[in-house]
Amino acid sequence: MDQKNDPKSFGSRNVGMLTLEPSSCDTPNSHARHPRSMARKKVRLPKQESQQISDQTSWMLAVRDARDRQAFGRLFDYYAPRLKGFVMRTGVPAAQAEDIVQEVMISVWHKAAQFDPHRAQVSSWIYQIARNRQIDVLRKENRPMPEELMQDEVQTEDASQIIALEQEADTLRQALNTLKPGQRDMVEKAYLGELSHSEIQEQTGLPLGTIKSRIRLGLEKLRHELKDIRQS
Amino acid sequence: MTSITHHISPPLLAAYAAGTLPEPYALVVASHISMCDDCRAALGAHEAAGGAVMESSAAQAVSDDLKARVFDGLDIAPVAGPVYQKSGVFPAPVMEALKGKPPKWKSLGFGVRQSVISRSAAGSVRLLYIPGGQAVPEHSHNGLELTLVLQGAFADEDGRFGVGDLEIADDDVQHTPMAEVGDACICLAATGAPLRFASWMPRLFQPLFRI
Ligand SMILES: [Zn+2]
Repeated sequence: MDQKNDPKSFGSRNVGMLTLEPSSCDTPNSHARHPRSMARKKVRLPKQESQQISDQTSWMLAVRDARDRQAFGRLFDYYAPRLKGFVMRTGVPAAQAEDIVQEVMISVWHKAAQFDPHRAQVSSWIYQIARNRQIDVLRKENRPMPEELMQDEVQTEDASQIIALEQEADTLRQALNTLKPGQRDMVEKAYLGELSHSEIQEQTGLPLGTIKSRIRLGLEKLRHELKDIRQS
Repeated sequence: MTSITHHISPPLLAAYAAGTLPEPYALVVASHISMCDDCRAALGAHEAAGGAVMESSAAQAVSDDLKARVFDGLDIAPVAGPVYQKSGVFPAPVMEALKGKPPKWKSLGFGVRQSVISRSAAGSVRLLYIPGGQAVPEHSHNGLELTLVLQGAFADEDGRFGVGDLEIADDDVQHTPMAEVGDACICLAATGAPLRFASWMPRLFQPLFRI
């Protein structure tokens, strides 16, 4: 447990992105911008707050708003090996796992406009895309998806809310880390897709219960966020 | 939107987030989430947990050419399938399953209608139309049954279920739901095994007020 070098810990010291607007050298493909993303307001953060927003979120926003390929390269470097590791844990051989990583990362690029940092962490968003892809590949099924929420084209990002959600996710991750090995194993199995609904139900008393309070807190924040969207 | 009182249970949501829920149930869960912000938020929390598990997985080095292959794919626009939206009482996932067409109702007699959306080894999912004041045909089912109210309301031993409410019935629950007097009750129902209507007792089809 090398917490010092843990790249998962949030708290970016990234000086290159004090605002999330990429510099011109970050956008070799600025011609790829499309009108919809131009309509979005960029996040301009006071220095203090920008020190807390995660690298991953800033890269993702640069991909979404500016089609920034360099930022996408950084997302790839960070997530592709972890995603491959994650997919292989479900028993998928290395070569097939790389095919899934390839498709998921390409989807991240194409679906970037749907990324909303007020509602999801980059990791949760990628997790969801990856699970869809695996269901598609392994079961030859589509997972029915909820209707997308309609959102304002010109949505103002609220840095403090993004950071609050990140901190929430960070606390959830710490809660996972402090579980006893057996419990953690069950939680991981559940989210790796190795447990059926009834198997999860039988386990509820143990591991899910431990992280339930974290989930509930995260839920409060998200619920608040959804209410704002409904009202806008 | 505010009156939903029966929600998706945490194990069901976790299974949906992880993608282990068979498709018929997943369709009902996705439909409920389309109607319920509380469960949408709860799903977000489960996905955060899933994301944490993904992110903390031991990294596996990727092949040298994987990044180049991914970058090659960025300029190929994906084939976008049609996007379905809520239509009338039918939430977007139901419209998608119906491929945008109105349901094909088949009469079960006494004004009760059903429209089978899909039937497979994984289970089946159907729409049911019950005139106000009538009983839902008595049936037995194997395994879990999920019933989501899209219009009207019904009541049974477990309480009252209005628009957006989800009834989760475990194995072998013998329940006799009754549509509330008023608007016809339209439900989306998923079962794990082919549904068998056990009895066709005419009494079940008598409107309450005429008995
Ligand atoms: Zn709900």
